[in-house]
Amino acid sequence: MHPIVKLLSQRIALGLLLILATSALIFAGTQILPGDVAQSILGQSATPEALANLREELGLNEPALTRYFDWLLGALHGDLGTALTNGKDIASSMTGRLGNTLFLAFWAAIIAVPLALVLGLVAARYAGRWPDKLISGVTLATISLPEFVVGYIVMYIFAVNYRLFPSTSVIYDSMTLWEKLNAIALPVIVLVLVVLAHMMRMTRAAILNVMQSPYVETAELKGLRPATIISRHAFPNAIAPVVNVVMLNLAYLVVGVVVVEVVFVYPGIGQYLVDHVSKRDVPVVQACGLVFAAVYIGLNILADVISILTNPRLRHPK
Amino acid sequence: MNDELKYLAGRAAQGRVSRRAFMGRAAALGISAGMAGNMLASAVSAQGAVKGGTLRIGSVGGESTNSLDPALAASQVPYHNLHQFGETLVEVKADGSIGYRLAESVESTPDAKTWMFKMRSGVEFHNGKTVTAEDAMRTMERHSNDDAQSGALGIMRGIESMKVDGDVFSVTLSTPNADLPYLLADYHLQIQPDGGFDDPGAGIGAGAYMLEANEPGARHLWKKNPNYWDDSRGHVDEVEILVINDATARMAALQSGQVHIVNRVDPKVAQLLGRSPGVQVVNVGGPGHYVFIMHCDTEPFANNDLRMALKLAINRQEMVDKILNGYGTVGNDFPINAAYPLFDETIPQREYDPAAAAEYYKKSGHDGSPIVLRVADGAFPGAVEAAQLYQQSAAAAGIPLEIKREPNDGYWSDVWNVQPFCASYWGGRPVQDQMYSTAYLSTADWNDTRFNDPHFDELLLSARAELDLGKRKGIYSEMAHIMRDEGGLICPMFNDYVDGLSDKIQGWEKDGTGELMGGRASQVCWLA
Repeated sequence: MHPIVKLLSQRIALGLLLILATSALIFAGTQILPGDVAQSILGQSATPEALANLREELGLNEPALTRYFDWLLGALHGDLGTALTNGKDIASSMTGRLGNTLFLAFWAAIIAVPLALVLGLVAARYAGRWPDKLISGVTLATISLPEFVVGYIVMYIFAVNYRLFPSTSVIYDSMTLWEKLNAIALPVIVLVLVVLAHMMRMTRAAILNVMQSPYVETAELKGLRPATIISRHAFPNAIAPVVNVVMLNLAYLVVGVVVVEVVFVYPGIGQYLVDHVSKRDVPVVQACGLVFAAVYIGLNILADVISILTNPRLRHPK
Repeated sequence: MNDELKYLAGRAAQGRVSRRAFMGRAAALGISAGMAGNMLASAVSAQGAVKGGTLRIGSVGGESTNSLDPALAASQVPYHNLHQFGETLVEVKADGSIGYRLAESVESTPDAKTWMFKMRSGVEFHNGKTVTAEDAMRTMERHSNDDAQSGALGIMRGIESMKVDGDVFSVTLSTPNADLPYLLADYHLQIQPDGGFDDPGAGIGAGAYMLEANEPGARHLWKKNPNYWDDSRGHVDEVEILVINDATARMAALQSGQVHIVNRVDPKVAQLLGRSPGVQVVNVGGPGHYVFIMHCDTEPFANNDLRMALKLAINRQEMVDKILNGYGTVGNDFPINAAYPLFDETIPQREYDPAAAAEYYKKSGHDGSPIVLRVADGAFPGAVEAAQLYQQSAAAAGIPLEIKREPNDGYWSDVWNVQPFCASYWGGRPVQDQMYSTAYLSTADWNDTRFNDPHFDELLLSARAELDLGKRKGIYSEMAHIMRDEGGLICPMFNDYVDGLSDKIQGWEKDGTGELMGGRASQVCWLA
C-alpha cells in the first residue's frame, strides 16, 4: 500500500475513534449534571407519581450503559431523540440552525481566509517595515477586543450611523440570497475581524521561517523577485502550519460564535445550545455536543490530510 | 385650547405641516413639548388609522425553547405572540375597567358566585371554525388540567363547575369572587378551538393576526386575519416580532430603524435613547414593584418593631432616582399602587426617617449583630446597587446591614421564599385581590413574607364577595394599612414600563396594564 494511503486511513480511523470517545464523555458529562432530569422538567410542583411516570417515559430507570448505547445507535441512524422542552424532533430543528451557522461561517471564511493569507504574505514580504507593522497592529487590535465589543462598534458605525446594513441578522428561508447576505453583513465583518489576526500571524511566521532556508537563499542568488520567491518557493513549504491554523479558526467559526449570534440575533446553533442548557434539556445538549465534536475533529482530520498531501517527503517516499 | 394650534395639529396630522414645524409653533405659543406631542398624537388619531405595512417589534425574553401554547407562556416574547393570534373573553382596559372581547357581556348572580359570559356571535377562529361557548369552556378545562402546566392554573383552582347553555358560558365558583372577569382576562386564557386540546401550540385563535412563520428564539411573523371581527383594531398587514435579548442590540435596532417598537428600555440609557433622532421613550406606571422581603415568622424579623425600623430606614425617593433613574414611583410597603382599581390615594406615604428608625431599632432590642440581606443581580435590575443604598441609609439610622451576594443561578429556588431577608420583585396583578391572594394570604403558596394575620385573611375573603365598590375600597384600604404597618414587605419602588418607539408609530396610548400597552400595541397602533 502506498504509504500516503496508509497514513490517511490511519488518521481517519483515529478521528472516528476520537469522536466515539467524545460521545462517551458527552454522555457521561450530562449524566453527572446536578439534579434529576425528570425533576428539572416538572419543576417544584412535581408529584412523586408524575416523576415516576416521566422517569419511565424517558427510560431513566435503565442502566446508564444501556442508555448510552441506545443513544449512540440512534445517533448513528440520524435519530437524536426529541427535545424535552418542546417535544420537537431534535435532528430536524437542529439542521436548520446548523445550516444557518454553516452559512455564516462559510461567508466569513470565504473572506477571512484569503484575506489573512494575502495580508500574511504582504507582511512577510515587508517584514519589519511599515506595511508589516500596520497589518500586525490592526489585526492584533481587533483580536484583542472581545467579540461583543467589536459587534457593538460595527453596529454603531454601519447600522445606526450610516444605516448601511441591518443591525439584527435574522434570516429565513423565503429570503433571497442577496437579502440574506445583506442581513449577515455585520456578523461576517465581526467574525472576519476576530479570526483574521491568528491566521495572518501564522502565515507570516511560517513564511519568515521558510525564508531562512538555504534554498530560498539560492533562489535569491538566482535573481528571482521577492514576490516570486515567496509565492513559488516559500509558501508551498509553509502550507502545513498555515492549514492547521486555518482549520482551527474554521472550527471556531462553527462552534464558538454564540456571542456574535446573541448580539446580532442570528438564529444559529450556538444560541440553540445555550437556550437548552439553561433549561436542562439534556438530549439537545448531547446532540449539539456531538455535532460540535464532529465538526472540530472533522476539520482537524482535513487539516492533517492536507498537510500530509502537501508534504513532498510523504508524497514521494524513497 | 388655542385654535391656531388645533388647526396646526390637524395639518400636521395630515402631513401638510412637518412635525418639527408644528412643535416649533407650539413652543412659540408657550405650550410644553410634551403637551404639544400629546395634541399631535390625538389629532393624528382623529384622522383615523392608516392601514397596511409591517410593524416590527424587538423584544427581550424569547428562547428557541418557546412554544405557542398559551398555557406555557411565561416570558415576554410568548406574551406578545399570544396577543397577536389570541383573543380572551374579556380584557382589562387601560383605565382599569373590563373590555368585552369574545364575550359581549358578563353578568353575575348577586352573591358573585356564578358568572355568565354571553359569547359574541359570528366570530371565527383562524381555521374557519365559529367561536362558541363550548370552546371557551374547553379552554378553561385545559388550563385547569395539571398536565397542561398552565400559568393560569392558580386562577382555575377557584372554579367549582362550568357549563354551557346556548351561547352563554357560565362559571360557578367555590367561594364568591367579584373580580372573576379580571381573572379570566389573564393572557394565558386565550380561547382556542376546542380549548386547544388537539394541538395547543398551533397558534390558532380568534385574534387579529394569523401565524405566518414561527421560528422560536429568532422571529415570529403574523399576518392580518381578514375575518377579524373588530374593525377598530389590527391596522397593519403584518406584525413581525424579532427576539433581541441583548439590550444594546435592541436599542440599536430601534435607532437604526430596523424595528418600530422595543420593550424593556434600560432606565440608565432611556434619556440618551430618547434624544436620538426619530426615537421616543414612553413610560407608564404599572403594578410591577421591586421589594425586600422579611419572613414575619423568623427571628429577628418576627419582631414588628424591627420590621418597622427596617421600613423606616430605607430611602425610597433615592432608590427611584438612582435605581430607576426616575422611571418609577415610590412604594409604600404594601404591594398596591394607583395602577390598581379601588386604590386608596389617602394612605399616608412612609418617608425615610433615620431618627424614628433608630428608635424602633432600640425598642426591638436587637442585639446589634448585622442583619443579613441576601441579594443577586437577577433579583431585579439594579438589585445589588439598591441593597448598597439601603445599607448606607440604614447605617445612618444605626442599623447594621450585611449584604450577602448570591449567584443568579438558583436564586429563585434556594434564596427567594427560603431565606428570611432577601431582594425580589413582583410583576403585579390586574386586581388587588389577586395580588394579595397570590402572596399575602396566610395559606398562599408564594407567601414569601410568611405573613399570617387571620383578620387580614378574613378581610380579603370578605372583599371578594362584596359587589359594592365603595365598601370593597374600604376593605382594601384597611388591608393596606395592616400590610403597611405590620407586614414583612419593604416596597421601595414601583417600576414603570419603559418602551421605545419609532416616530413611525401612531395611535400609541398610555396603558399601564403591561409592557407595549399591555401587549395590545400591534393591534391598536398603526404605521405613519
